[in-house]
Amino acid sequence: MNMLRRHWPWLLALVILLAFPFLFYDWSKGRHSGFVLTLMSEIGVMAIFALSYNMLMGQAGLLSFGHAVLLGMGAYCAAHVVLLVKAGSFWLPTELVPLAGGLGGLFFGYVFGWLVTKQRATAFAMITMGLGELVSAAALMFMGFFGGEGGIPIDRVMDTSLVGVRYTSPWQVYCLVLVWAFIAAALMRLQTQTPLGSIANATRDNFERAQFVGYDPRVVRLYQFALSGFFAGIAGGLYVLIYEIVTFDTVSAAKSANALLAVYIGGAGGFFGPILGTIVVVLLQSGVSLLSNAWLLYVGVLFIVMVMYAPGGLIGLIFMHMPIWRAGRLRELALPYARAFPAALLVLLGFVFMVELASFTTIGAAQGKNFSIGGHLIDTTAPLPWVIALAALVLGGLWLRHEARSFRERWDALMEGVKIQDGVKMKGVKVQEAMS
Amino acid sequence: MEVFVVSLLNGLVYGMLLFMLASGLTLILSMMGVLNFAHASAYMLGAYFAYTISVYIGFWPALIIAPLLCGLIGAAIEMWGLRRVHRNGHIAELLFTFGLALIIEKVVQMSWGLLPVPYRVPELLDFPLFKIYGTQFPAYRAFMLAISALMFGAIWLGLTRTRVGLVIQAALTHPDMASALGHNVPRIFTLVFAAGTALAGLAGVIGGNYQVTEPAMAFTMGPIVFVVVVFGGLGSLTGCFIASILMGLIQTFAVVFDVSLADLLAKFGFTVTSSTPFAEVLNVTLPRVGALLPFLMLVLILVFRPRGLMGTRDT
Repeated sequence: MNMLRRHWPWLLALVILLAFPFLFYDWSKGRHSGFVLTLMSEIGVMAIFALSYNMLMGQAGLLSFGHAVLLGMGAYCAAHVVLLVKAGSFWLPTELVPLAGGLGGLFFGYVFGWLVTKQRATAFAMITMGLGELVSAAALMFMGFFGGEGGIPIDRVMDTSLVGVRYTSPWQVYCLVLVWAFIAAALMRLQTQTPLGSIANATRDNFERAQFVGYDPRVVRLYQFALSGFFAGIAGGLYVLIYEIVTFDTVSAAKSANALLAVYIGGAGGFFGPILGTIVVVLLQSGVSLLSNAWLLYVGVLFIVMVMYAPGGLIGLIFMHMPIWRAGRLRELALPYARAFPAALLVLLGFVFMVELASFTTIGAAQGKNFSIGGHLIDTTAPLPWVIALAALVLGGLWLRHEARSFRERWDALMEGVKIQDGVKMKGVKVQEAMS
Repeated sequence: MEVFVVSLLNGLVYGMLLFMLASGLTLILSMMGVLNFAHASAYMLGAYFAYTISVYIGFWPALIIAPLLCGLIGAAIEMWGLRRVHRNGHIAELLFTFGLALIIEKVVQMSWGLLPVPYRVPELLDFPLFKIYGTQFPAYRAFMLAISALMFGAIWLGLTRTRVGLVIQAALTHPDMASALGHNVPRIFTLVFAAGTALAGLAGVIGGNYQVTEPAMAFTMGPIVFVVVVFGGLGSLTGCFIASILMGLIQTFAVVFDVSLADLLAKFGFTVTSSTPFAEVLNVTLPRVGALLPFLMLVLILVFRPRGLMGTRDT
């Protein structure tokens, strides 16, 4: 019972994640929506990947530009293991293929880590970038292991399941991804509480002092790197099972950048930040890229806005509200938020409209696409749409600035009030302690 | 001999182009500690600006206007973006420029399309300058060499012989002291960032028609420039120069020599067959790994000598 009380958020998340695909279930045909399941499986895999990246960036303060190397190597190892199992020279249940990927990731994490962890900070970032470029070039060069440009295709349907499932449908794969995602997330969560996890924090916060106390920061970095490789490898193994192919783009710089974006947008400080960030990034990539040619621009702008105004990421924004929530005064923020919302929406609409106008006049026109809203065709060369977009952007911007100022005043006043309340409470505790 | 001389000249031209890009980045990186991911984007912008300007008023005005535009953009980025982000530390700055690179790539795609634009060498310089062993050497390459050599001289003189240069150098090594002596260090930062971006823009103007002006050019050039800067060493313009030339020569010569490790082993009496372990690695020829060599060198130098060739401090 105690377990249940402590870990209810995990259970709740599991139930929600299992129930969510049924919202898109096609009851007349008795089929799940393949797109939704693949999207959610992708989110699961990328969440493990982002969490493993956060072991480096959040815990140890190591900014890597080649983390996808570990994901990709894990994926290639898993693919080869599947091929071996198919050929009958090796026996492994399908469910444990991600573990094979994880072990591959661990191995390469140790080997590459031995090279890269000699440095830290900027030098570490550069050296991981070099390594990433090397491996992604090698992936195109060596046919034997990487399969060249075609990659290595596999067939995930095997007769070696532990639970008698053949993984023919996306739903079965999704369940497997969920199980592994929860195992990996729980393990990584536990890892933050191990001595290694704490010392990784120490080397991040005060490198010299950690060294002085007697830990070799390099060894700490190496273990952290190798472990992070293990989890990235698990993500790689799952990736192979979902897509049934592994190509050179799993080791590419773009994949590494994805992890970086996810962790930073979600927030590197809290454990759940990367998961939040992954959801945002994958939805932007898979959802918005279907709707818009300019999705990369939106990602870039979101990223810059986050770096400039919310360096703690989305999770940091949520945590900022915690003191006010604890004081029970969150309701007082509702009105200021409600007032800022239309202004922010106007800015957003103006910006999106502007970007879409621009993208349809050039890229869209080249692809022969037309810009229409609700059935109305919009002439992107006429001045009127541009004027409307610009007006919305500018007016919304001015309005938002005005609202932001009053919001800030309200916020400061609230925080001040909360601090006084807290102070009174603290004093009360002290008085009680003194009396007892 | 013929191949050697021609490759040497081409390598020199490419190396000098790299140096133009890398010198600005070296200044920015060693002074502000900002690993500017948007630096190659400035190179791309320079090329595209020059293309558009040369369509309307010709190449020669573009040679002046495009770098100036890039410099202005750089100054704006530093004043309204980087300075604000600076408070959150180096990693935040780096991520800021990373996001900027994404945005610039997309904006370029949206403004000029996804395909390469026909940015050509100006007619005035579109003739073979001389012939070596039957291979023609275009006049434009000589022009590129001249411009970059001029620039190297100008930077070197500017940094070591002028008052502004001395202040910049002081702010490079001892920002607090320079600030205490009454110099406006933030303004120097803006100046250096703008100058670095303008240099990258200039490299784009003269490199855009030597290579291809396309939206992916920033992402192909970016990593190489980092390699050059790190390889040469922080805080050292000379190191940066040597590294650029070295990289240019390595990449040009790698394409020329069609040898592999297997050939080398054969000289010592080992024959590599398909059953030899690592046969695939041994059989890869030099032209195929040419693009890889800079990164191999980056990894090696960072592992064994993090301060680079002639650097004065660690990265």
